[in-house]
Amino acid sequence: MIEVKNLVKKYGDHFAVNGLSFSLENGKIYGFLGPNGAGKSTTMNMMTGYIASTSGDVVINGHSILDEPEEAKKCIGYLPEIPPVYPEMTVSEYLTVVADLKRIPKVDRKSVVADAMETVKITEMKDRLIKNLSKGYKQRVGIAQALIGEPDIIILDEPTVGLDPHQIIEIRELVRSLGQKHTVIISSHILTEISEVCDYVLIINHGKLVAADSTENLEEMFAGGNSLELLVDGKKDAIVRTLSSFGEIIKCDIADYDEEQKAYPVQLKVTNDADIRRGLFKAFASADMPIIEMKSRMVSLEEVFLELTRDIDVDKENDTDIDSATPGVESEEA
Amino acid sequence: MGAVYRKEMRSYLVSMIGYVFIAFILLMMSFYFAYLNLNLASPRFEAVLESIRFVFVIFVPILTMRVLAEEKKQRTDQLLLTLPLTVSDIVVGKFLAVATLFAVPMGIVCLYPLILARYGQVNLAVAYMSILSFFLLGCANIAIGLFFSSITENPIIAAVVSFVVLLVCYLMDDLSSMVPNTASASVISFAVLFALLAAVLYNLTRDLWGAVITGAFLITADVCLFIFKRTMFEGLFHRFLNMFYMTGRLENFFNGILDISGVVYFLSIIGVALFMTMQTLNKRRWS
Repeated sequence: MIEVKNLVKKYGDHFAVNGLSFSLENGKIYGFLGPNGAGKSTTMNMMTGYIASTSGDVVINGHSILDEPEEAKKCIGYLPEIPPVYPEMTVSEYLTVVADLKRIPKVDRKSVVADAMETVKITEMKDRLIKNLSKGYKQRVGIAQALIGEPDIIILDEPTVGLDPHQIIEIRELVRSLGQKHTVIISSHILTEISEVCDYVLIINHGKLVAADSTENLEEMFAGGNSLELLVDGKKDAIVRTLSSFGEIIKCDIADYDEEQKAYPVQLKVTNDADIRRGLFKAFASADMPIIEMKSRMVSLEEVFLELTRDIDVDKENDTDIDSATPGVESEEA
Repeated sequence: MGAVYRKEMRSYLVSMIGYVFIAFILLMMSFYFAYLNLNLASPRFEAVLESIRFVFVIFVPILTMRVLAEEKKQRTDQLLLTLPLTVSDIVVGKFLAVATLFAVPMGIVCLYPLILARYGQVNLAVAYMSILSFFLLGCANIAIGLFFSSITENPIIAAVVSFVVLLVCYLMDDLSSMVPNTASASVISFAVLFALLAAVLYNLTRDLWGAVITGAFLITADVCLFIFKRTMFEGLFHRFLNMFYMTGRLENFFNGILDISGVVYFLSIIGVALFMTMQTLNKRRWS
């Protein structure tokens, strides 16, 4: 259980993290999402006690990171942005040293190190010098280091940066399997990663929490209903007239005439449960305007993210509007 | 602390620097031992130590430059500081590791007076007391080198700065004698020193008023004391500078005096330097 209370980090006059509060339950996979420079790493560094907060506190399993740093740090395994490895050591040497630093009794050290290497699949690399390993393997050594001592909470800062697609998939699977036993927090600016792996997403921008909810809820909330995309061959005003007979349409955008397709691209937002596709087909057919294409889609997390972070940019000066524009920001039931 | 110590010792065992350091100290000692004691047939082992006091100026910076700077450069400080370790575990563990490394050649050197004793009358008490004081001086130098390694992430800068500081301390005897001994010179020197101190304070805390008030208070006290107790200032700055003349503290030991104040002096330097190192690491977390 992690509670972050009104966390603030100020560098000079700049707020890297500005009043962040949330609490995380055990046994879930959490995703920190935010553009570069949003304060993800700073937040993680404060949660793990690497840097101290300007104000606010982080409580880990009942231990404040400021007042009882040692107890709190025992519950955490941390992989920072750059894997903190000693290049002149071999993989097994390095992990043994970490086990020693984490106060694993000498008799258990060997098995603990072997387990960690097995989990991240680097056993065959154990006698290689870390400086000779590829980026992907170094990253895994970093993760293995975080796993040593079976901490309750595992925090991984951008674990897939710089890896090839194969490795990314492997790390994702690893994170998913870790989520069965541990609380895992990963940060990323890659949305697919978060939406695929995490149960719960915290979107951060400019050092503030702009949304916090489960992945599905976020997508649902921002969909504001279904979206339909159409390509209609006909006159613009005729299209508008036809569409106006549908009360379920919340929003309607008609783009400029597409010369190639010889049709108007139309984007519709429809109230949640309404399915007007058949009605549209009939209406346009009777008006003699062929629908060349029609597809329905849900709003993706990516759009949620873009929406939220764009709002911030517009309202940078006027922070009060953000909260009302972002459902989920108050949800602290977690 | 134990784990940090073991980790450091391990890295000395696998890298060259530890062996080179041990070999170099032994080489210097043995060279002077062969020349001064064996060739010239002198029973005074302290003469050897007296002649090679300069080795610290060269070798301590090389030995300590990477200890903390490299951790920061490789971002492994992030590992150490997020593990269940305190900053003092890290600093003291690292210091003890370097001190152990230095203890190896010193331990071997302990045999030399015994070799001499086979061939004549040797005052072993003085010889071993000198070795002890020499070891303490080395440890004090190492603690200072460790501090300069903590203020930067560039090992070369750490080495250059600690080299300059240790060199100035080594030459302090000569340097301080160049400072005029009059009371007015002392008071001006102290005023300049306090102004510098205030500037450093401002640089560290970014608190302009705090720094100005501290500086103003110290300088006022300096001037007031000068007005009321002028005689106190005669040669005061000279004596103040001589406080940093660490090598000079060995003289008493070499002359056969068990100088407790000297031992306390070296231990205090080690304590202050390690404390400042811890504060530097802590400050980085808070800024």
